[in-house]
Amino acid sequence: MSLKSTFSAATALALITAGGAFADAHSATITIATVNNGDMIRMQGYTDQFTAETGIAVEWVTLEENVLRQRVTTDITTKGGQFDIMTIGMYETPIWGANDWLVPLNDLSAEYDVDDILPAMRNGLSHDGTLYAAPFYGESSMVMYRTDLMEAAGLEMPTAPTWQFIREAAAAMDDPENEINGICLRGKAGWGEGGAFITVTGNSFGARWFDEEWNAQFDQPEWANALNFYVNLMNDYGPEGYATNGFNENLSLFNQGKCGMWIDATVAASFVTGADSTVADSVGFALAPNAEGVEKRANWLWAWALAIPAGTQQEAEAKQFIEWATGKAYIELVAANEGWANVPPGARTSLYETPEYQAVPFAKMTLDSINAADPTNPTVDPVPYVGIQFVAIPEFAGMATEVSQEFSAAYAGQQTVEEALAKAQAITTEVMEAAGYR
Amino acid sequence: MATKASRSAARLMMAPAVILLLGWMLVPLIMTLWFSFRVYLPLRGGDQGWAGFDNYIRFVTSSAFWPSVQTTLIIVLGVLAITVIFGILLALLLDQPMWGQGVVRILVIAPFFVMPTVSALVWKNMFMDPVNGLFAHLWRFFGAEPVSWLSDASLPAIVMIVSWQWLPFATLILLTAVQSLDSEQLEAAEMDGAPIVKRFWFIVLPHLSRAITIVILIQTIFLLAIFAEIFVTTGGAFGTRTLSYLIFQRVLESQNVGLGSAGGVYAIILANIVAIFLMRIVGKNLD
Amino acid sequence: MARSVTPRRKMINTTAAWAVGLLIFFPILWTILTSFKTEAQAIAAPPIFLGFDWTLENYSVVMERSDYGRFLWNSIIIAGGSTILGCIIAVPAAWSMAFVPSRRTKDILLWMLSTKMLPAVGVLYPIYLLFIEMGLLDSRAGLVVVLMLINLPIIVWMLYTYFKEIPVEILEAARMDGATLKEELLYVLTPMAIPGIASTLLLNFILAWNEAFWTLNLTAVNAAPLTAFIASYSSPEGLFFAKLSAASTMAIAPILILGWFSQKQLVRGLTFGAVK
Repeated sequence: MSLKSTFSAATALALITAGGAFADAHSATITIATVNNGDMIRMQGYTDQFTAETGIAVEWVTLEENVLRQRVTTDITTKGGQFDIMTIGMYETPIWGANDWLVPLNDLSAEYDVDDILPAMRNGLSHDGTLYAAPFYGESSMVMYRTDLMEAAGLEMPTAPTWQFIREAAAAMDDPENEINGICLRGKAGWGEGGAFITVTGNSFGARWFDEEWNAQFDQPEWANALNFYVNLMNDYGPEGYATNGFNENLSLFNQGKCGMWIDATVAASFVTGADSTVADSVGFALAPNAEGVEKRANWLWAWALAIPAGTQQEAEAKQFIEWATGKAYIELVAANEGWANVPPGARTSLYETPEYQAVPFAKMTLDSINAADPTNPTVDPVPYVGIQFVAIPEFAGMATEVSQEFSAAYAGQQTVEEALAKAQAITTEVMEAAGYR
Repeated sequence: MATKASRSAARLMMAPAVILLLGWMLVPLIMTLWFSFRVYLPLRGGDQGWAGFDNYIRFVTSSAFWPSVQTTLIIVLGVLAITVIFGILLALLLDQPMWGQGVVRILVIAPFFVMPTVSALVWKNMFMDPVNGLFAHLWRFFGAEPVSWLSDASLPAIVMIVSWQWLPFATLILLTAVQSLDSEQLEAAEMDGAPIVKRFWFIVLPHLSRAITIVILIQTIFLLAIFAEIFVTTGGAFGTRTLSYLIFQRVLESQNVGLGSAGGVYAIILANIVAIFLMRIVGKNLD
Repeated sequence: MARSVTPRRKMINTTAAWAVGLLIFFPILWTILTSFKTEAQAIAAPPIFLGFDWTLENYSVVMERSDYGRFLWNSIIIAGGSTILGCIIAVPAAWSMAFVPSRRTKDILLWMLSTKMLPAVGVLYPIYLLFIEMGLLDSRAGLVVVLMLINLPIIVWMLYTYFKEIPVEILEAARMDGATLKEELLYVLTPMAIPGIASTLLLNFILAWNEAFWTLNLTAVNAAPLTAFIASYSSPEGLFFAKLSAASTMAIAPILILGWFSQKQLVRGLTFGAVK
């Protein structure tokens, strides 16, 4: 029996047991894979309006970030065709676009006003000048701090602080007896978690992942400076167990009033000033810091964006949805129902020109942070790659996760900073050699 | 014994099923073998030709390989030790006369029904979280500094989570064995004044040896492949990267299917070494 | 080895067993309790055990966000289908191994078990490509087949151990009486094997229900079972312990209830030939 006929036989048998299980292809249904972040969940709630307007039904596949990433990557590389729209980030978009796996978004309607998308976002989601994914929301990173604690400490946060000042402020606000940590930062392993944070910290100390010949740079003094500074800062004024803290853990700590400062995604601003926060009324914002004399700041740039896999049968419908979800009308819809502070931020210029939105306390700082980030020129010394908190090559996610695991082990005190850097250098060199860059 | 005719008739009748079964199990194996000799990079356009033994060499010379084998063995042995020892004690306890035996049994076997993903999430968030977890509250209540379980005690934490899931299975199998214990023999020994430790060592334990073998064998199969518990809790950090997690990292995070497949072959070899080792030590119990 | 004991001893047994039982069950109990709290109460310090305002809000949020019924139905179909299909294929195989053994039977059994140790992720891409070609992606039929194959070695082995315990003399007696192979199977073997088959079915249903790699990676909308349901609630933006607990409770409740009802069957039947 051939493989295929064996399979068919077994399948037929299974079909009898399972009952007819194949989906009937509905002409006007699109399937969207998305991440379970708050803004996406909110969007799902408004899907009925889209269906009412267009007659196109929407099926959602909502998954947590890590599962989503492996799910959509498997599907796009094998051309599985399971989804009509995928929610992807700034890391995937240029790589997939370069492989022609995504439908170019170069014929969106005039009404959509593609030029309204913030230039930083548009660049980050394009390959060779062609837009491949439309940003649903975008973010950079910034300092969020407790104005009340700063005041009590007799300090004033500058708009553009240095790391040295951050350390000073952390020391002043640190108050173990009242369970207040001077500063909370990501330490969790994973390229999108602690890996992203330490990479931008590196940038702000003048470090870089690779030189122009793709030689790993973890043996350079800039990385040692950055990592040592981070580890000392966190050991002195950070929360217990920071090596496992990611975005979620820090958000929860900050909302419970246990952090003096938190440097993280700008989208967190609406959470820490929102209803779940116990410190909502006393949060201030500042640009992400830099080391004294280094021109690059620890600003990253990220967008969760909607892209259409090439080969989908529902390309026109998918485009319609993208125009709806990332267009101006959707922002107004959310603003009307949930208030301006809850609209998806960081995607459109016009949002930041809206007077109502300018009144939102974190709006200006978010825009300034996004504008301070330049993915094509992320480091002090020149690099051969695009991306700020990542390197837009297919090998990056894997090796950066391993590197950040070594760093996290150093944060937890299981190895020294020097050992972690040596291992990072070895891992990176190994991967780059295997991938044929050197 | 069966007659020759019935034997061949039985063979004939069963052959298709057995062949189908064996064939089916060969498919993934052959695929793994095939891809392990290919340069297969999904993000660089898929299958890019013959790789020879490059994948095998690269996988085994990677600095992550031996630590991952060691981690795998520690987790497997740790969970086996805990589940067997506590399984025996629990089985002996549950076999005693008591009120509400049925309900207690239900309580004890319940973890077995919980999805590994769910149990990892529950343990990680609600028990081991160093700030909001129940353990942290408990530690603080006694005036101790809360432990960052998943970084400072990552391996014990994972062993604990997995043991919690598999303890019911061990207990169930051991309980059936305990129930079949000859109580007269035990009572006689008790009459003769044999101390409880001796009774356990010379009567109970030998009787349970077969059940223990089976617990070890079946659990080893599942434990060598544990994944969700690590994926959810540490993501392979802090020395918790097992061999199967390393393969996951190679295939999905680094998008190198060839390299991961070579790792898969190593995993099968390791599994068979473990299996042969087990058979040598305890195999005679299986006849 | 039930024995009569003094009431005092029975009291001690009962206390000890209940204490241990509650300790083991506690994480599940805590999850269920948390699912009825508000998010603020879920992370309150010190933790609140029972004195909170019970709310069904988390459940209504989860029900509103996800089509729970569809996930549940898929889980039932996939776990049930793969179990039944597995038994259809495994019973004859185990039967022949138990009653017409050859020198290689034990080797084959062990080899089958060792194939279970092949890490699934290594073959994700090939299987995914195969599924695309056969149009099986996101179909319950495809998952039924895959889960059946994954659990087959365990099913065969479990059934083999049960069949082996059936005394050959009975079969021979039946043959003496002129029973055909079919009659032998139907009237002699089956009644004796039913408890074993039942507990095999149960164990495999549980294993298939909890399988979380293939069920996540080979499905999208139509065939996604409860494991995918959970993946939409784990690690969201922010800590939502109460909602996560509600989703977890909903994911494990059906199988937990099934397990409780069949507890006696499992206790009696899950032997893998451990008792001789």
